[in-house]
Amino acid sequence: MAENVIDRAARATPPLVAQKVKGLSDRAIAWIFVAPTIAILLAINIFPLIWTVYLSFTNFRVNRPNSDIEWVGLRNYERILGDPDVWITMQATAHFLIWTIVCQVLIGFTLAYLINKKFKGNDLWTTIIVFPMMLSPAVVGNFWTFLYQPQIGLFNYIVGFVTGADPSSFSMIGEVSLAPWAIVIVDTWMWTPFVMLICLAGLRSIPDSIYEAAECDRASKWRQFWTITIPMILPFLMLAVLFRGIENFKMFDLVVQLTGGGPGNTTTLTSIDLKREAFEKWRTGYSSAYAVILFVTVFGLASIYVKALNKVKQR
Amino acid sequence: MTHFINGLLRFRRGSWELLASILIALGVIMLMQPFVLSLFTYSFIVTLVGTVMFIIVSHFPE
Repeated sequence: MAENVIDRAARATPPLVAQKVKGLSDRAIAWIFVAPTIAILLAINIFPLIWTVYLSFTNFRVNRPNSDIEWVGLRNYERILGDPDVWITMQATAHFLIWTIVCQVLIGFTLAYLINKKFKGNDLWTTIIVFPMMLSPAVVGNFWTFLYQPQIGLFNYIVGFVTGADPSSFSMIGEVSLAPWAIVIVDTWMWTPFVMLICLAGLRSIPDSIYEAAECDRASKWRQFWTITIPMILPFLMLAVLFRGIENFKMFDLVVQLTGGGPGNTTTLTSIDLKREAFEKWRTGYSSAYAVILFVTVFGLASIYVKALNKVKQR
Repeated sequence: MTHFINGLLRFRRGSWELLASILIALGVIMLMQPFVLSLFTYSFIVTLVGTVMFIIVSHFPE
């Protein structure tokens, strides 16, 4: 049957094309197939990257396209790396990054561990837990601003109910000390299901026979957890941390919708600051240098992380 | 420690990758620490050196 199809395809091919293709080597045919992808990658990934690096050494402003572009050397980098405001922005990003990852991994793994136990309504609970992840960040940011309202917000009401404090006595997104935690809570609420799904996949990939063998050896549940579950799920956890780390390093939409970077600069993450420099102040050269700094940081971190992940997988 | 230094002297991948990883991690910590501004100023060059080194030494023999 398959031969018939091939024969028919060969007969249907015009002779001129067939002759031309016949003369090509396997390598040449492979290049023909790969070339469009390489061309697109060069056009939309590599060229903008090189162009950004070039612009980072100039004073180019995109709102003044006809003015002369002056080569300023490392001045943009010196300005960024000597600016206390950028330094504060980096600290805000670090706070957001560290706490979201810690909370998401701890809660996500706990949820996955519980969901992995066989009980009635297991699938229903999985669907309910995964729901926040399916929402748009703009929608999540919008409705959490309502939940955080001091007068009518459900969040303030629950905190007031649990702690006995007056719900209108604090504002999660209006106070300097609380706003960084407000964005951590929302991101954790939204993206913990993602970590949970990855952990669940890891837990379900562990064969039951290993636990059975451990029980034969009279290993306690605690010991099984530390010597079987944790080592076998570690690559999955590391993968989740890598994905969330990179994603949260460039977090923009959720925070803009929720706090707009305020109050003051307390929730201005690097991506928000970068957007302001590039598209509100129109300092293209400066923002290109800023983008290069962020790129090198994420690239370096991802490199060592992938290396660590490969090592864990080889074990 | 001796193994690490021998690896560096013989241009072995493992030791050089470890050194590059330490530089990258140090650079990121310097970038995001809230204590000394001058550490922040020099963080990028440390990260850049570490990243470029990592790319180069990942082609060294095992």
